[in-house]
Amino acid sequence: MGDTPQRSAHAGTGGTPVATSHERPAGASARVAERSGNPGRPDGGLGGGGGLPRARAFGAERAFRGLTLAAGSTVLIVIAAIAIFLIAKAVPALRANTESFWTFEGWFPNDNPPKFGIGALAFGTVLSSLLALLVAVPVALGIALYLSHYAPRRLGNSLGFLIDLLAAVPSVVFGLWGRDYFAGPVADLSAWLNKYFGWIPIFGEGPYGSSILLGSVVLAIMVLPIVTSLSREVFRQTPTANEEAALALGATRWEMIRTAVLPYGRPGVIAAVMLGLGRALGETIALALTLGSTYAISFNILEAGGNSIAANIANRFGEANDTGRGALIASGLVLFAITLIVNITARAIIYRRREFTESAA
Amino acid sequence: MAKRVEAANVTAYYGGFKAIENINLTVEPKTVTALIGPSGCGKSTFLRSINRMHEVLPGARVEGNLTIDGQDVYDRDVDVTAVRRMIGMVFQRPNPFPTMSIFDNVVAGLRLNGVRRKSILEEAAEKALRSANLWDEVKDRLGKPGAGLSGGQQQRLCIARTIAVEPQVVLMDEPCSALDPISTLAIEDLMFQLKDKFTIIIVTHNMQQAARVSDRTAFFSIEKTGDPGRLIEYDNTQKIFSNPTQKKTEDYITGRFG
Repeated sequence: MGDTPQRSAHAGTGGTPVATSHERPAGASARVAERSGNPGRPDGGLGGGGGLPRARAFGAERAFRGLTLAAGSTVLIVIAAIAIFLIAKAVPALRANTESFWTFEGWFPNDNPPKFGIGALAFGTVLSSLLALLVAVPVALGIALYLSHYAPRRLGNSLGFLIDLLAAVPSVVFGLWGRDYFAGPVADLSAWLNKYFGWIPIFGEGPYGSSILLGSVVLAIMVLPIVTSLSREVFRQTPTANEEAALALGATRWEMIRTAVLPYGRPGVIAAVMLGLGRALGETIALALTLGSTYAISFNILEAGGNSIAANIANRFGEANDTGRGALIASGLVLFAITLIVNITARAIIYRRREFTESAA
Repeated sequence: MAKRVEAANVTAYYGGFKAIENINLTVEPKTVTALIGPSGCGKSTFLRSINRMHEVLPGARVEGNLTIDGQDVYDRDVDVTAVRRMIGMVFQRPNPFPTMSIFDNVVAGLRLNGVRRKSILEEAAEKALRSANLWDEVKDRLGKPGAGLSGGQQQRLCIARTIAVEPQVVLMDEPCSALDPISTLAIEDLMFQLKDKFTIIIVTHNMQQAARVSDRTAFFSIEKTGDPGRLIEYDNTQKIFSNPTQKKTEDYITGRFG
């Protein structure tokens, strides 16, 4: 038979020049066909006589599948590599730690004996991110709905473009702006909030300055473009048929948005918010510049202070010795875990309403 | 529960394009009126002008006079949402709200009207679903997604949703064109029942359907592409299909054109 098992498999089933020309030059396959005699295949048409050709052992289909599989596994490999690296570096520092890693409020890993705790940092990270979302998401959804359903098309497109530009501003710029220009107004706002809403525990006494509030508002501005852009795309994809159905029932525009657009966009909006949260949790330099870099757990968001895991890494990496670096990496590991939990929660929320969202597609 | 629809010199535009011109037509209460004609002749545009859905599209506008029992639909002081509540609409493709259950779909219009009491909603949902001949098929799974039903069931769900708010007039824009013959038959049967209570205007490409379900038939046509659609002939369905006055109508009915 043929020169390779694969070729002969084709030839034996009466592969014709037409049928195999995708794979190799027509001449080559013709030669193979000739050699095997091509029995029972007088006309050689595409769907003509002969048996059904056997499935290909190897082809573009399989190659592509392999490629996508490889690409998919890369994610897993990278994640695993990061996790292994973090754990390997963190464990020695955690062993050397003489205080509780979870509850100690302070960061002295370079001392002898080393003392450091993640509690305040993790708390500050989650608090500042949640506050940022609390500020950013309603505004972002408002902008997204305006752009997708209220603004004239041309205005909507150009405004959308501007919002996307906002996403491209480097975070250090936001950080510097927050620290040097925005801190003043936020301090004034803090004093005002304390004066009139001081009975709410989170609006406590000063001194005002680089506070969780300042960091959160700067974060909010940074998160805004992501949430806006994605939500706008989702809202735009609402089927016209559903919008018209609501309008034809006598809905006003806002009622139409509530009945047709928001429910349809819900999973997409959740995904957008989670991406925003991911950015907020991992944001480094802007928070390093706008938070007070203290190591205490406090719900008073106005008081100068606050810290986050990523900001702490940026602030303390330069001065860190071996144990110091290990401690920072251990904190990175905790951030990794927090992000993972957030993402799993988001998936769970989307998954819970799968029955409805899948039929929406 | 059913009202007379009168159109006088109705002309509708999409931006600079005139889609229909000077349509004059009166639809009697509790009848089924079919609008037929070749594609692009403006029958859907006219239908959407009646409940002011035409103006939803950017740049679209309507001129002329359209009244429901003498009330001008396009009066400046008239609330457009009230018009659409009075004149319900069923679309070409079944369009239940994908995120809502069957029950929520049926009562969506009532909820928009501010009805909150569960007992009222349940009663209205059952009534509407029974009227739409869908109750027996869905009564055990009202909490399931409306989009999980078959195409024909979805369309009847949309009809139930439309009639749940008890409109005066029901507009149907090729309601069966996406359905199989059995579902189509179910919907045609439904139209017979519904005309006891509602004035029904239906756009259809299917002339047998027009002949089967309608009392009166309006034939729309265009001279050539780009021209506005005009009403060529409007008469009793039997007359239109057996002995039309206009040559164009006869050509269309007999399949020589369009």
